[in-house]
Amino acid sequence: MNDVVTVEDALSTRAQKERARQAVQAGQSMYASRVKVHPKQIAGTFRRLKWAVLIVLLALYYVVPWIRWDRGPEAPDQAVLADIANGRLYFFFIEIWPQEVYYLTGLLILGAVGLFLVTSLAGRVWCGYTCPQTVWTDLFMWVERLIEGDRNARVRLDEAPMSAVKFAKRSLKHGVWLLIAAATGGAWIMYFNDAPTVIREIFTGQASLGIYFFAGLFTATTYLLAGWAREQVCTYMCPWPRFQAAMFDEDTLIVTYEKWRGEPRGRHKKGQDLEARGDCVDCNLCVAVCPTGIDIRDGQQLECIGCALCIDACNSVMAKVGRPLNLITYDTERNQEARAAAAPVPKYRLARPRTVLYSLLLLVVAGVMLWSLAFRASLDINVLHDRNPLFVSLSDGGIRNGYTIKILNMTLDGRSYLLGVEGLDSPNLTVVGQEGEGAGRAVLEAEPDSVASYQIYLRLPREAVEEETLYFTFTLTDPDSGEVARNETVFRGPKR
Amino acid sequence: MPTKIEKDSVTGQETTGHEWDGIKELNTPLPRWWLYTFYACIAFSLVYVVLYPAIPGFSSHTPGTLGYTSRLDVEEKLAKARERQAEFWDAIAEAELSEIPGEPERLTFALTGGAAAFADNCAPCHGQGGAGRPGYPVLADDAWIWGGTLDDIHTTLLHGIRNGGDEARESEMPAYGDILEPEQIEAVADYVLSLSGAEHDSAAATAGQEIFAENCAACHGEAGEGLRELGGPRLTDQIWLYGSSRDQIISQIRQPKLGVMPGWQERLDASTIKMLTVYVHSLGGGEE
Repeated sequence: MNDVVTVEDALSTRAQKERARQAVQAGQSMYASRVKVHPKQIAGTFRRLKWAVLIVLLALYYVVPWIRWDRGPEAPDQAVLADIANGRLYFFFIEIWPQEVYYLTGLLILGAVGLFLVTSLAGRVWCGYTCPQTVWTDLFMWVERLIEGDRNARVRLDEAPMSAVKFAKRSLKHGVWLLIAAATGGAWIMYFNDAPTVIREIFTGQASLGIYFFAGLFTATTYLLAGWAREQVCTYMCPWPRFQAAMFDEDTLIVTYEKWRGEPRGRHKKGQDLEARGDCVDCNLCVAVCPTGIDIRDGQQLECIGCALCIDACNSVMAKVGRPLNLITYDTERNQEARAAAAPVPKYRLARPRTVLYSLLLLVVAGVMLWSLAFRASLDINVLHDRNPLFVSLSDGGIRNGYTIKILNMTLDGRSYLLGVEGLDSPNLTVVGQEGEGAGRAVLEAEPDSVASYQIYLRLPREAVEEETLYFTFTLTDPDSGEVARNETVFRGPKR
Repeated sequence: MPTKIEKDSVTGQETTGHEWDGIKELNTPLPRWWLYTFYACIAFSLVYVVLYPAIPGFSSHTPGTLGYTSRLDVEEKLAKARERQAEFWDAIAEAELSEIPGEPERLTFALTGGAAAFADNCAPCHGQGGAGRPGYPVLADDAWIWGGTLDDIHTTLLHGIRNGGDEARESEMPAYGDILEPEQIEAVADYVLSLSGAEHDSAAATAGQEIFAENCAACHGEAGEGLRELGGPRLTDQIWLYGSSRDQIISQIRQPKLGVMPGWQERLDASTIKMLTVYVHSLGGGEE
């Protein structure tokens, strides 16, 4: 009798599918029935790490929309808000206008390059620890374990006929799942609408159809993907696993089974000496705890999300049989080859062309974004030259051009700006709606945090229009801050 | 036909049996949920083909049992939009012409509605934005043959010019080619050029002045300043409807081109005409 836990019925999903296929005598079936995965609970370093990451990430996700940030009476007071309707992105003291959407692009580039860097360093840590699919599936499986019990109990419940107890357990589990899913969908909505307002509206039936629809949609997708689909997302739906392998090299830390040490494997009897044979006691605990149901002893594979629970599992067994830990471990291919050949283990190479390049790219993009954020303009001017008509000949022979000027006041108070003209010989400037004509200048007002639109006429005597096209610049000056925005445009005249 | 189904030693899967340049493909079965979702999509499309317009023919298509057409959809949406705009349409209908520019929301609606109606009805002749072209007056400038106040523009829009209608504006310049001698016409042309400061023959212009006083002043004014009541254009400015060269002026004196503008009273409703008036007035040359 051995005192090591052996999970007798733990076969990898691949092995189970192969058995099922062989059982079907007539040819190839059209589809493969899904093999349900019931991961066993395990304690250890990486499990603790996963819990810590999960708690931090979920706390951030659910709590952040509630953080307040005062921006004055006119603007929303939510710290993180994507106000799609009014075209603003708020992040604490930063306010992004639609014209500045390239900050979002920069953020996505940072995310992508950061992901590439982390993956080339430590393998699929995104998949195993931080991916939303992993985090919510982990949470849902924790709920399932709480209500239905650990792996063996769940397998028995699956096989048992429907009873009052089974129905109660299942209903409770799905109910809790739906609650979590609703909270998740609701939290998503709160990133796009003011949180206290939209929560009140949802519960008093006042929210718009769009809000109910999307809250419902995200509830449904969370429930389906984390409750039902689980590892099927990783195996079949997500593109990331399929090119993750291209991100690795010989110096990437990946979850590795030390084959040279573990083989030949076999069942262990108490008191048996493990010196002359492989350390692997074939307890199948690594298969039982795997959330995607694979056998890491088959080697690196697509379905392995790199969560390292098998490391915790194997270490708990190795400790019991008194063998060195880390039969399954995070290690690099280079190191493993050295260990297998009993050669000296090379020093871990952190700085490789790949990692250096990614790091540099990260620094450059982050630097550019920070710099442009620090020197962000609070004023901009857009000029649209009238196309119909391009110019108007007036009765005194003068030529008139029309312009639509849009002032982007990106500050939080109403301002008056000075409009000026550079490059034309004192044209006559009229603002439609304002009395009087200025000699090439005007005072224009704009509301806080908005765009003001004005129709401007510039008039020049015929002699001054020497070319068909004259190039000049509109300048907009903020008299308080001295900031000047410029826009080059043209003055059109008749053919010469 | 699959020629040689093999078994892959690593995965245990069979190959499809085909080979392309030495490349073979594993015939891994699909997940069942994937397959059933696919079947559901097929079922959905069968229902859709029955309910909605789906299959094209050579000149028409299957209509679908729900009777949906996107054209009808647009008409319904336009009707709903018109209902939502009803308060603005009423406001325009009730207000006096001079009152419309006073109220900002009403003015915005009038300008937008006027711009839309202008593009459909007026732009073919007067050009987009009132840019004009030879023979069709520029509406964006400050020269008006019949007056540029809101009321003047309104009257012109309602009744038109020289279109044979009862209240249409009428003006007729005689064909001086039959009345005056060629040298006389050239002299008048020189005088007219001198009125706007263009290059001219001074001697001929002096002679032309007399002929002008006898023949032209009645409609064009003593000094050529124009007479709006009779529709006589101003000859002292830089705006020339039919061209400013000497030959073009001679041609106009000899055999005048007389433009025709339709009256819109019968074709457009009163509110639209009001909005068009406000719009044309706002193009840059409107007079008070």
